[in-house]
Amino acid sequence: MVHCFTYTHEGKPLFFAWDVESGSLHNVDEAAFLVCKNKFGELTDEERQKFDAVSDVEKREIEEELFKLESEGLLNTPETRVDLPFSGEIKAMCLHICHDCNLRCSYCFAKDGTYNTPRDYMSFEVGKAALDFLFENSGNRHNLEVDFFGGEPLMNFDNVKKIVAYGKEKAKSIGKDIKFTLTTNGVLLNDAAIEYLNAEMDNVVISIDGRKEVHDKLRVSPNGKGSYDVALKNAKKFRAVRGDKRYYIRGTFTQNNLDFSVDALTLNDEGFDQISLEPVVLPDESPLAIHESDLEKVYEEYDKLSEEYIKRRKGEKWFNFFHFMIDLKNGPCVAKRLTGCGAGKEYVAVTPTGDIYPCHQFAGGDGKYYMGNVLSGTFDRNIQKTFAGINVYSKEECNKCPAKYYCSGGCAANSYNFNKDLKKPYGLSCKMMRRRLEDSLAIYCIEHGGND
Amino acid sequence: MKHVNTVVKSCLHKEGKIGCGECNSSCQSACKTSCTVGNQSCARREERVNTKKESK
Repeated sequence: MVHCFTYTHEGKPLFFAWDVESGSLHNVDEAAFLVCKNKFGELTDEERQKFDAVSDVEKREIEEELFKLESEGLLNTPETRVDLPFSGEIKAMCLHICHDCNLRCSYCFAKDGTYNTPRDYMSFEVGKAALDFLFENSGNRHNLEVDFFGGEPLMNFDNVKKIVAYGKEKAKSIGKDIKFTLTTNGVLLNDAAIEYLNAEMDNVVISIDGRKEVHDKLRVSPNGKGSYDVALKNAKKFRAVRGDKRYYIRGTFTQNNLDFSVDALTLNDEGFDQISLEPVVLPDESPLAIHESDLEKVYEEYDKLSEEYIKRRKGEKWFNFFHFMIDLKNGPCVAKRLTGCGAGKEYVAVTPTGDIYPCHQFAGGDGKYYMGNVLSGTFDRNIQKTFAGINVYSKEECNKCPAKYYCSGGCAANSYNFNKDLKKPYGLSCKMMRRRLEDSLAIYCIEHGGND
Repeated sequence: MKHVNTVVKSCLHKEGKIGCGECNSSCQSACKTSCTVGNQSCARREERVNTKKESK
C-alpha cells in the first residue's frame, strides 16, 4: 500500500509517497506525486488534468525511479504477516486509586470520577493485591508499569505512597523493573506532593485544557468555580523541578474550542514543553461532542499547529506535542504496532474494590468485560483471549488504512462504546489520527530533511 | 532529473521479528482516550523521541 499525501509548509505544497508496509517515506516532486497517485491511488479531477500535462519523458523518468524503489523494497512493499502468540502475561496496570474527584468536569467519561459506582478509595490491601496479581502474571516481562488514575489520585495520596513503596521493594526482590505514573488535575499538587511525585514517578500527567476561559468553563469544582489558576500555578511549580524527566500537560478539546491550536500554544507560552491535547470522545448528542461536520476545522487546526510547532522547535520555545511525536527509525516493534495499547491482553485496570477490567474506560460500563477480582483471585482468561484477538489483522477496516502501524487499530473502548463491536474502530478518531499522522510525517521530513 | 528523495528507509518488519514486547504501554503516557502507538520508542533504546536533544 502506498499512501500519497500533501502538506503545505510556509505556503508551499510538499508532496509525499509513504510506503505503508515498509515504513519508508519519500518526499517527491509534484510530477512524481501525480504519477504515484495515479499508479497506487486515485487522482482527483484537478490532479488528473495536471497528470495529463506531465510529459511522457518525465513520466518515464519517474517510473524508472519508482521501479528502482520497488525493487529495493522501499515502495509498494507487500504485506508481511507475523504470528502473534498469546502468552497471557500482563505487564501494565491502571490502578483506580480513588473513585472520587475534587472537580466536576463536564466531559468526564468517569462521571465525576465515580465510574457510576459509589465514591470509593482504594485501600492499601487492594493495591497490594493488585500489584501481586501483576507480578504473578508478568511472566518473563522485565518492565512493568502502573498508572495511578482516578478520579483524582492525590485524594488518596497516602495509599499511593504505600503502594509505590511496596511495588518497588517487591520488584527489586524479584529482579524486575516497575515504573509508576500518576495522572492528576493538579489542584492538590502542593509542595510535598511535587517533591514526592518528582522523585518516585516515571511520568506525571497534569490535566490543563489550555486557555483559562476554555479550561474554567468545563473543569470546575463542585461549587462551579474554575480550577485553572490553581492547576496552572501548581503545574508550573512541578515543571520547575522536573528537569528532563517525563511529564505531560494533557488537555482535552471539545466543541467549545475547535480552535485548539491556540490552547496548545498557550500551554507552551506558559512554559511547558511536553504537551498533549486530545479530542473529546462523547456521544453525538452531547453539546461538547465533536462531529464529522467539524473535521475540516479540526484538520485546519492540526495543520496550523504543525506549522507553528516547526517554527518554535527551532528556538527557545521548543516543545513536544504528543500526537506529532513519531519515531520513524526506532519506533516500537511490530508486535506493539499490531496490538496497540494491549488493553485486556497485557494491560488491565483495577478498581477500588479490586475488580479487574480490560482498561480504565471499561470500568463502570455495562460490565460485559468484567474480568475478575484481585482479592478473590479470579481472572477470566477467555476475556483476555478475546482482547488478545483484537489487532490490526483482525480489524477489516484497519487492513486498508495507511495509519494501521501507528495507531494499531485505535481504542478498544471507543470501538465498543460507539459500535458495540471491539473490532469496529470509532471512525471519527480514525480520520483525525490519519491527519495527525500525515502532519507528523511532514514535520519529520522538514526537521530531518535529506536522505536516510 | 531526480524526482524522489527518500527521507526514511524501511523501519518495519525488520528480519521478520516481532520484537521483545517490552515497549511502554501507550496508556501509561499522555494517551487516555485516543490511542497512539507509532510515537512510542523502543524500550531498549536509551534515547527518547520526545526530548529536545533527540529531535535535533
